[in-house]
Amino acid sequence: MSTPKTLFDKVWDAHVIRQVKDGPDVLFIDRHFIHEVTSPVAFLGLEGRGAPVLFSGRTFATADHNTPTLNQHLPVADPMSANQLAALERNAAKYNISHWGLGHIKNGIVHVVGPENGITLPGMTIVCGDSHTSTHGAFGAIAFGIGTSEVEMVLATQCIMQPKPKKMRITVNGKTGKGVLPKDVILYIISQTTASGATGYFVEYAGEVFENMTMEGRMTVCNMTIEMGARGGMIAPDQTTLDYLKGRELSPKGEQWDKLVPYWETLKTDEGATFDLDLTFDAADIEPQITYGTNPGLGTGVTHQIPAAEDVKDGSASYKKSLQYMGFAENESMIGKPVDFVFLGSCTNGRIEDFRAFASIVKGRQKADNITAWLVPGSHVVEKQIKDEGILDILTQAGFELRQPGCSACLAMNEDKVPAGKYAVSTSNRNFEGRQGPGARTLLASPLVAAAAAVTGVVTDPRILIDNE
Amino acid sequence: MAYDKFTILRSSAVPMPIENVDTDQIIPARFLKATERKGFGDNLFRDWRYNNDNTPKADFVLNDPTYSGKILVGGKNFGSGSSREHAAWAIYDYGFRCVVSSFFADIFQNNSINVGILPVRVSPEFLEKIFAAIEADPKTELEVNLPAQTITLLATGESESFAINEYKKHNLTNGYDDIDYLLSMKSEIEAFADARPF
Repeated sequence: MSTPKTLFDKVWDAHVIRQVKDGPDVLFIDRHFIHEVTSPVAFLGLEGRGAPVLFSGRTFATADHNTPTLNQHLPVADPMSANQLAALERNAAKYNISHWGLGHIKNGIVHVVGPENGITLPGMTIVCGDSHTSTHGAFGAIAFGIGTSEVEMVLATQCIMQPKPKKMRITVNGKTGKGVLPKDVILYIISQTTASGATGYFVEYAGEVFENMTMEGRMTVCNMTIEMGARGGMIAPDQTTLDYLKGRELSPKGEQWDKLVPYWETLKTDEGATFDLDLTFDAADIEPQITYGTNPGLGTGVTHQIPAAEDVKDGSASYKKSLQYMGFAENESMIGKPVDFVFLGSCTNGRIEDFRAFASIVKGRQKADNITAWLVPGSHVVEKQIKDEGILDILTQAGFELRQPGCSACLAMNEDKVPAGKYAVSTSNRNFEGRQGPGARTLLASPLVAAAAAVTGVVTDPRILIDNE
Repeated sequence: MAYDKFTILRSSAVPMPIENVDTDQIIPARFLKATERKGFGDNLFRDWRYNNDNTPKADFVLNDPTYSGKILVGGKNFGSGSSREHAAWAIYDYGFRCVVSSFFADIFQNNSINVGILPVRVSPEFLEKIFAAIEADPKTELEVNLPAQTITLLATGESESFAINEYKKHNLTNGYDDIDYLLSMKSEIEAFADARPF
């Protein structure tokens, strides 16, 4: 019998064209996503070399990082953003690359529209000039973020040169409690491993919690795997994966589908395969989470206190700098902290299930007066679902407005910036200094925790609001 | 892209003993709107380096004339977060050729090598020695020897070797990039692509 392999080994090994002696593997890339921010310089490089795009049909372009979330039918006001969007459009046309620009019915955040349209499939290698490309690992693909030099490399050669990462398995057994969403599961894991705990590894998620999780939940988990330093995360494809993919516009159809399913069924870690690191957590320990610091590893259960410096793994000086930026102190309670902004959206939590969760709390309640809420769907498809399912009515009755799709206040490259000193409860993926605008203070949380803050105006345990229903 | 070849670098260093320096700090998102690769050094560490009115913050190390050099020494997990290569461009454009830390984030490490910056990973103990040496004498010099894969505190001769992939070392010392290599195996790639199931 052949040596037992992990899911990661199976997908990686199937893509190695050549192993460079004492060097990285030459890895073939099945799908390449590009957007307006990290691609223009790559195209300039390509032009400088006089090289063509080797396989233009394997690259998909969408505009998302810079795009406004209001009045998308009007010309983009910021000239530099407009310039980047125009460059993407021009480059896509020149090299015959499929482009879903602003206003296109399929436009939205790259990591939302890829899966939504059936571009992302199990067993693929997928890259994009964006660290949250790890999202696509939810389908049993090897997906990771790359830099602009590598974007140029993939355009020119459809390959990337990477040493094979080490393997880690993270198992979460048991069942999650009331009010605990996939976002809480991953925030909990990152708080336990730290923001660098998985650097050098590729993670496979295993156990009951992930087996029972929806595809959208799995995408949230894989999306944030990069926040513990891992190159990416993946989950073995199963019936949930197939049910999600079947019938999507670019999913394989008919005979091709029937041929792929038996292959996809082999994509799981063999009995006896080994990992370089195996971590196990108990779902019962996971509460609704919130971050209090300036990296995603500095988070805790929402009812908990901010830990003392000696109890965190980051260096004491960095930790104190972090709390000073946030205006927080050791041992303070997170419950009741005032909030100014609430952001629901991003490639982490801009999908329909996130809006359903948010609406479940705000239904029959009112937006708190002190809160500015930016509710930003991940794509036009999500926007339509929000309307079709009656969620928009719930939001509107509670005093909220819906914006148009894009990355928005996740990284604040467009107009949606949280002002200096203000606090935002955000469903996005990063709470770095200035991430949501210079001086902005971000508390990462699930859509339920964000909704609880949006209706109470302060950090609140969403389970209390679920109780009252 | 073309960059200067890297062999032996002898320089004083700029200390930044902070853990988890993320690429959002190295170059904030609002400076990623350019469509050409130039001028990023001006905005390196923008929000740590300047006040809102664009006056320099006196207590930030890049504004302190005591410290200078082509080597940036950072705390653990340097370059975490966003994949933006602009962070590496900004560091290179500012004039650094080497970043030293006890731990680098993966994508940042790749990006650095791809743009001609050498990331040198040292032990936490040696990192502390470097910080202490710079604190004692800001002009203290380090020698980073890529062919020998060593980093040395010249004043004391204390040295540590560092790891680098042979292939990447070859590229950096010769100023080559991966794309040249890959283009030479085009027909192999095309044959591989034809056999893919999707």
